[in-house]
Amino acid sequence: MAAEPNFHPGLHRWSMVLAFCTLLLVVAGGTVTSRDAGLSVPDWPLSYGKIMPPMEGGILYEHGHRMIATMVGLFTIVSMVWLFRVEKRRWLRILGVIALLAVIAQGVLGGLTVLLLLPWYISSAHASLAQLFFSTTVAITLFTSSWWLRGPALTDEDPRYPVRGLSLAAPFCVLGQLALGAAARHKAIGSIYHICGAPIVTGVVLWISLRILLHYAGNRELRSAAVALTGITFCQVFLGIAAYMTRIAYADAVQPMPLMVTFTVLHVAVGALTMAASVSLAILVRRNLIAAEVSYPALAVAK
Amino acid sequence: MPVIDMSSNPQCERQHPAPQRAEVVVVNPNGTLKNVFVWIKSGLAPAHWAPPAEPARLDQHGCVYQPHVLGIMKDQRLEILNSDPVNHNVHAESVTNPAWNESQPPRAEHKFKQFDTQEVLFPVTCSVHPWMRSYVGVSPHPFFAVTGDDGSFTLQGVPPGTYTIEAVHEKYGRKEGNVTVTPGGAATLEFTYGS
Repeated sequence: MAAEPNFHPGLHRWSMVLAFCTLLLVVAGGTVTSRDAGLSVPDWPLSYGKIMPPMEGGILYEHGHRMIATMVGLFTIVSMVWLFRVEKRRWLRILGVIALLAVIAQGVLGGLTVLLLLPWYISSAHASLAQLFFSTTVAITLFTSSWWLRGPALTDEDPRYPVRGLSLAAPFCVLGQLALGAAARHKAIGSIYHICGAPIVTGVVLWISLRILLHYAGNRELRSAAVALTGITFCQVFLGIAAYMTRIAYADAVQPMPLMVTFTVLHVAVGALTMAASVSLAILVRRNLIAAEVSYPALAVAK
Repeated sequence: MPVIDMSSNPQCERQHPAPQRAEVVVVNPNGTLKNVFVWIKSGLAPAHWAPPAEPARLDQHGCVYQPHVLGIMKDQRLEILNSDPVNHNVHAESVTNPAWNESQPPRAEHKFKQFDTQEVLFPVTCSVHPWMRSYVGVSPHPFFAVTGDDGSFTLQGVPPGTYTIEAVHEKYGRKEGNVTVTPGGAATLEFTYGS
């Protein structure tokens, strides 16, 4: 197969590295919160007045998080410059700028939350923006792939089973659920809101995925994206239950227990994957499905 | 109480030949409860009590706070030491008084802090070592105490009158009792925490 003329393999690979490092960063951030290490380094942007403090106890997690964040920030700058040098699609160059602005905002939120002693609204915003930023890096990876550049696998939308508009509901629901989870983790609200949100989000994901699998299964791209989103969401529900149960089991523990930390961090990481999968599915649905023409009965206007 | 797992920082672990237990609930051999902050909550005539010139001391030793519960008068200085060979951060999670979080490396100069408002109790924590937690009670007067190894407390020099005494425990919460002190006399009050 001939290579796509606008395909830049180096840029695509770099985007994949950026997305992977961002997921690593989400894991590191989740570990900081789960290990109660958020304030182990009271100063910012330096750590104990140094670039490299002794990596002991909670400092290992907090400063490790800062180091990975710095790396992701630098990688995002490279990504944006690369996009501006080789990419012809203006909207994708703009997406590169948005990614850079998001990572800068994320760094500032991270610093502020340390300096202001973890106010819930800043910590929750920091956690939620992390999920959005990860989805942005995944979207850039998608847009820079040769597979994307080969063009869409078009399918007509069946007006009896519309899914173009519906597909947008999943990312918004997942983001809302992630924000509730972040607010619960930072003690702004009880876990009950996040727990109640889980069946709603799972229901929305299932509704969209099943509609695609039942009515658009012939489109391989949509089928794969729907299967992936459903699988990830079910993993996420399991991890959420496990995280909650370990939290209850260790309620009286005097320090974060490894099993609770593991399940909670996995829940955060798979939450990021759920968000990215729902965004990817929405992108693919909007690209591959040709909107059904909706006909309205003619209106007689009396004069 | 559960044993603290200090393996994340071997320099902390090495300081304890025997496993270090958490001090959340310490039941004395006589069945009484240690580390309960007791103070006169109300009943005192309005007056100004000057804070002691001597600072109260909070040490980080063996990667635990010593003492676990500390009483201090408002405007009294709190001296914070780091006797450990490791870095700590000291986070006063006060609500009424301004909260703060500062690092304290090994052999660093002692910190001196003051609290200008009554607040009973708030935690002081270390995020480098998440098991480290102490509690500070800031009283507007000198009539407070922390129960020790026999579970008793003594409030000395209390003027005659009828008072509400409050006992505050980090896990079991607050209990109140009333007591009347006669001129030159003594009064006894017992608090019971049920499971």
